[in-house]
Amino acid sequence: MTHYLDNAATTALRQDALEVLVPLLTETYGNPSGAHRMARDANKVLDESRDALAEALGCEPGHIVFTGGGTEADNLAITGAVEASGGVALCSSIEHHAVLDPIEHHGGRLIAVNLDGRIDIDHLADTLRTLASADERVAVVSIMLVNNETGIVQPLDEVVATVRELAPDALIHTDAVQALCWLDIATVAAEADLVSISGHKFGGPKGVGALVVRDRSALTPLLKGGGQERGRRGGTHNVAGIAAMAAAATATVAERPEALPRVAALRDRLVNGIKASVDGVIESGCDLPPGVEGTALDRSNKTANIAHLCFEGIASEALLFLLERQDIMASAASSCSSGAMEPSHVLSAMGYDRPLAFGSLRLSLGYTTTDADVDAALAAVPAAVTQIRERS
Amino acid sequence: MADVMVAMSGGVDSSVAAALLVNEGHNVVGVTLKLWGGASDSGCCSVSDVDDARRVAQQLDIDHHVFNFGDDFDEFVVNPYVADHQAGRTPNPCVECNRHIKFDRLFRRADALGFHLVASGHHARIAEETLDGAMVRRVARGADDAKDQSYVLHMLGQTQLERLIFPVGGYVKDDVREVASALGLRTATKPDSQDVCFIHSVGGREVFLGDRIPLRPATLVDSEGLQVGQLESIEMVTLGQRRGLNLGGEDHRRYVIDIDHETATVTVGEREALLTAVQRVENMEWSHQPEAGRFGVQTSAHGRVQGAEVEVLDDGLTVVLSWDQPQQRVAPGQSVVLYRDDAVVGGGIAGVALRPTAPAAS
Repeated sequence: MTHYLDNAATTALRQDALEVLVPLLTETYGNPSGAHRMARDANKVLDESRDALAEALGCEPGHIVFTGGGTEADNLAITGAVEASGGVALCSSIEHHAVLDPIEHHGGRLIAVNLDGRIDIDHLADTLRTLASADERVAVVSIMLVNNETGIVQPLDEVVATVRELAPDALIHTDAVQALCWLDIATVAAEADLVSISGHKFGGPKGVGALVVRDRSALTPLLKGGGQERGRRGGTHNVAGIAAMAAAATATVAERPEALPRVAALRDRLVNGIKASVDGVIESGCDLPPGVEGTALDRSNKTANIAHLCFEGIASEALLFLLERQDIMASAASSCSSGAMEPSHVLSAMGYDRPLAFGSLRLSLGYTTTDADVDAALAAVPAAVTQIRERS
Repeated sequence: MADVMVAMSGGVDSSVAAALLVNEGHNVVGVTLKLWGGASDSGCCSVSDVDDARRVAQQLDIDHHVFNFGDDFDEFVVNPYVADHQAGRTPNPCVECNRHIKFDRLFRRADALGFHLVASGHHARIAEETLDGAMVRRVARGADDAKDQSYVLHMLGQTQLERLIFPVGGYVKDDVREVASALGLRTATKPDSQDVCFIHSVGGREVFLGDRIPLRPATLVDSEGLQVGQLESIEMVTLGQRRGLNLGGEDHRRYVIDIDHETATVTVGEREALLTAVQRVENMEWSHQPEAGRFGVQTSAHGRVQGAEVEVLDDGLTVVLSWDQPQQRVAPGQSVVLYRDDAVVGGGIAGVALRPTAPAAS
């Protein structure tokens, strides 16, 4: 039996999403931009999906721009804002590469994080003041809502207060790709001008996402042509994907009150059990790396689904290899294009040394995770860690 | 039937190695080593090579993993390669990669993962003999003379050979390609890798070194000490080199016969001035144990074997070769490998040649 503990990478399609998906590919398959009845039927599905997603995200339906996934939504937010205003872009040093890479491409600035894995608000404020005194316009400040490796929730309210005070013209973007299952985006990201989501992270299909673009935001489109999405994103709508994503979002939000405590309890049992079984384990953000002094966080500052651990003296590659042999699907940090493990830029930014940043394990739970999955991981992880340490 | 970890570079030899092991009924896991993250187009471990290895593994229905040993590769292969050039030696990075990465780092990873047996697609065989009632294994030449890689595997000792398999060592290259072709492996017609894997074919060694260390101009002098030319970098010069000296329209060939790294002076002269009767070899590693006597000696990857009488100095780490016929002095840093028939007895790194006994240099 396969134990899937990589839900932060992607999730199984929800039944609600599957049920809307297929008829939209085989029956109601009209192009919503057309003029006939089949087109209108498809357009109705699109409108309803937009309404449903707006409800889940706490925005106006007209604020939603459907995209081809989270990466496109992030790129549209960053590149669209920079090209529209000509200003500089800022983000934290722990962003996903879908944000980091466009920001670096546009010569933007990185904001440091603290040992606890949360953005250094003082550094953000200092950077904004320096830019203001140099008369440099800030186009966009992008701070993720939840880090995809550690699950640490970023203090978006403090970011918003700081940016509104020191760079009132700047747009605020948050990559909320990891958030929808575990946080009420409608509340916690209410003040962000731009919010990215990705369908397959919450039981929707891959290749579809959305960017919330609130009224004050001027963005230059990445994809021009066709005039879809009010000219903000050209290209024929992926109606089936969009409707399936909206159905998944609705189901996710409806289930959240039940899922959140259930998954948090599973995660706590998993992390506490592993930490009780082997030495030299550091739970990112909650324990400090050896030889480092400072303040760590409570686990309540992480989303309910992430168990992110660093093992001293262990290479993630070896650990994942052995876990896979026990039918446990997990992940480490980021992989490069060849599939090789790279040291985590997130842990490096948090002050973890290179060997430790090479030794991380992310077990991410989801709506499908069961007690049996946790039991399997509780048996396999300590055994694998012990084997590697004894034989290396 | 055993668990075997096979190193798959994405080339045809390791593809067939994996296929042969699968056919023998072993439980095979393919691994590709990600060693070099910088620009390169001439060797393995690019994304497309990893793709090839992964897709061959799919065809063979075996698991495939990528291990990132980039930090070790930098520490044990690339940085010493640069330091050697800076110090006036001519290193062989493939030997160091085999010594430190493929047959050490990978073996330790295999240990950690519970794999005793490791295989690779090298063209070499493992010879077995019984000495004093004990099994002794040695790296031996592969069946294909032109592709034999025993020279770059000379450092393998009993602990490694006992758990190592070279499935294609008994095949000539054409037959390897034929097996690959018959199995429909996508790597069947893939060209052999050439050159040093971490160096880009455009720019080459000079650009690679120049990006990492200051290159110093060298003065070319003849054996009388008269200046005859200049070179852009002393670090690019190798003992015995003839090409690239820019000596211009002369009717006789001249070779680098001496390099004074301190003063960045390169002496050129006749080939005879390169010859020596005696060669010192250091940092010896022995397949089994130090041995003196008569051996065939190879001093470059595809060089000819020459006979020599070998004396082992007390520590066992150094030998002195007395050539049957005077031979060209080996550039310091190059590997020198001793063979008995087709089997490696040991090998080491060329040290300073003992010039005073060289007949032509007196």
